[in-house]
Amino acid sequence: MSSLAVRKASPAAGTTPGTAQGPPLRRRIAFVPTVTLLIGAIYCLLPVAWVVIAATKSGSELFSTFTFLPGTGFADNVTDLNAYRDGIYWKWMANSALYAGLGAVLSTVVSAFSGYALAIYRFRGRETIFNILMAGVLMPPVILAIPQYLLMAKADLTDSYASVLLPLVLSPYGVYLARIYAAAAVPGDVVEAGRMDGASELRIFTRIALPMMVPGLVTVFLFQFVAVWNNFLLPYIMLSDDERFPITLGLFTLLEQGSNTPALYTLVITGALLAVIPLIALFLVIQRFWSLDLLSGAVKS
Amino acid sequence: MTSARRKSYGVKGAPYAFLLPATILFALFFALPIGYAMWLSLHKVQVKGLGLGAGAREEVWAGLENYTDSLTDSQLLDGAVRVLGYGAIVVPVMLGLALLFALMLDTDRVRLAPVTRLAIFLPYAIPGVVAAMLWGFLYLPDVSPFYFVLDRLGMPQPDLLDGGPLYFALSNIAVWGGTGFNMIVIYTALQSIPAEVYEAAKLDGATPLQIAIRIKIPMVAPSLVLTFFFSIIATLQVFSEPTTLKPLTNSVSTTWSPLMKVYQDAFGKGDIHSAAATAVIIAIVTLVLSFGFLRAANSRNKQEAAQ
Repeated sequence: MSSLAVRKASPAAGTTPGTAQGPPLRRRIAFVPTVTLLIGAIYCLLPVAWVVIAATKSGSELFSTFTFLPGTGFADNVTDLNAYRDGIYWKWMANSALYAGLGAVLSTVVSAFSGYALAIYRFRGRETIFNILMAGVLMPPVILAIPQYLLMAKADLTDSYASVLLPLVLSPYGVYLARIYAAAAVPGDVVEAGRMDGASELRIFTRIALPMMVPGLVTVFLFQFVAVWNNFLLPYIMLSDDERFPITLGLFTLLEQGSNTPALYTLVITGALLAVIPLIALFLVIQRFWSLDLLSGAVKS
Repeated sequence: MTSARRKSYGVKGAPYAFLLPATILFALFFALPIGYAMWLSLHKVQVKGLGLGAGAREEVWAGLENYTDSLTDSQLLDGAVRVLGYGAIVVPVMLGLALLFALMLDTDRVRLAPVTRLAIFLPYAIPGVVAAMLWGFLYLPDVSPFYFVLDRLGMPQPDLLDGGPLYFALSNIAVWGGTGFNMIVIYTALQSIPAEVYEAAKLDGATPLQIAIRIKIPMVAPSLVLTFFFSIIATLQVFSEPTTLKPLTNSVSTTWSPLMKVYQDAFGKGDIHSAAATAVIIAIVTLVLSFGFLRAANSRNKQEAAQ
């Protein structure tokens, strides 16, 4: 078995009774939990550490020097990546930013409208509409993606930005979250007071309710941004022109070619590192705003 | 009078107006494709004469023919068995680790908790395809540190991308990517347990391990049920990780998982009718599992509530 299994097994050993009942050695630190978490953290950081180091190696160093020894070729690798097909790599990054950014914004807007309507109003068919939308969560992407492709083809829309963007705008999960936040954050009295003052329903929503929903909508936006950025199946099916590829699909095609031309491996590795940096940066920034209560509110009940 | 009536009409119409964008998108990108997939799955292409010229290929009613073909297709059954084996590793290991880390984070006097929590959650930010690539390279003998270490130690070096180890290699990618998210879900549930609950147990001299097993785990059971449920659904739909490893090894076939088989039928062979039938079967299995599971979980909750 691989050393991975060993790494997986070792934290489990930490739960044995003998070690959990503390000898006096650790009066102030819970030793076993700390070590277990450290092992988990190392496991999770290992591939990231590897790609950081591997990206510094030149093509020959990659296969000849020890994996965790830094190489000398980082600048050359970046230059090669820039030069590859006239910098198509950066086009992929921009495409991903467009798909994820615009997709998440549109998705959040649709979720906000729907969630607010489902939480605040009492109307015929409310639960039916909600349940039908929720059934979308359980629908396997592939049962949607293939007919979506064929229908897009009939509408002459395949291989366009719209073909990847539009199917992702409605997110049942986003609607679900927005409904919970609207119910929790927008008091019915406030909506009623707005009506007394003669404001239209749209105005009450945009001027009064929406600001109250902002913290929840940030979470919806982030979930959706990550989901679209990570999406692979839909662009894989919809797109054939690599000028419109997102970064995931672009790197995948590079890797596919790399299996015939190992020289491309350094490009794949450097590309993977540069593709991960913005997401890790985003992740580190947003995790401060990532309210645990909101997340748990989202997954409970 | 008129203005009051108009206003109340406006209020009644408002929720429908607000739901209009979602409804249109649902009709176009969910309902219509699902209906079309079902229509496709019940039809087949019939070639008239030599199959030349316009109208030579015609879509005719096929009844359940595509479904019987699909259900008796050995490639699909093999794929289903592979995914079951894969899921049998991923789900218990991932949720076991998520629970373990969540309990450790929730321990008194634990150090470095915020940093390690962030590190374990980090893979959530990395796309599945990129994660599969990174691990794929770590599995390649020429560049992997594992092989280097095994070589120096004079130990045997198994091929991680073939046979039995391939299951572990693939499972490891899913475990790596999913543990952190599930850990956060369980940890959040742990945090919401009031401190008083532990006081009595501590007074009775319960060890941290006993508190974990007797109190903490039962109290986060709903979160465990939920994470279990989503893990099963994700496992059934595994696609991008084996697809990404495919260029690195000959052991991952184009029909390794049921979804890959659907893709291969539709775009490799161009047989959209049988691909649609297979996709519908996968959807039905997912829905039956989901509702069965939710029903079982609900009835258990009710039983517990009744006690």
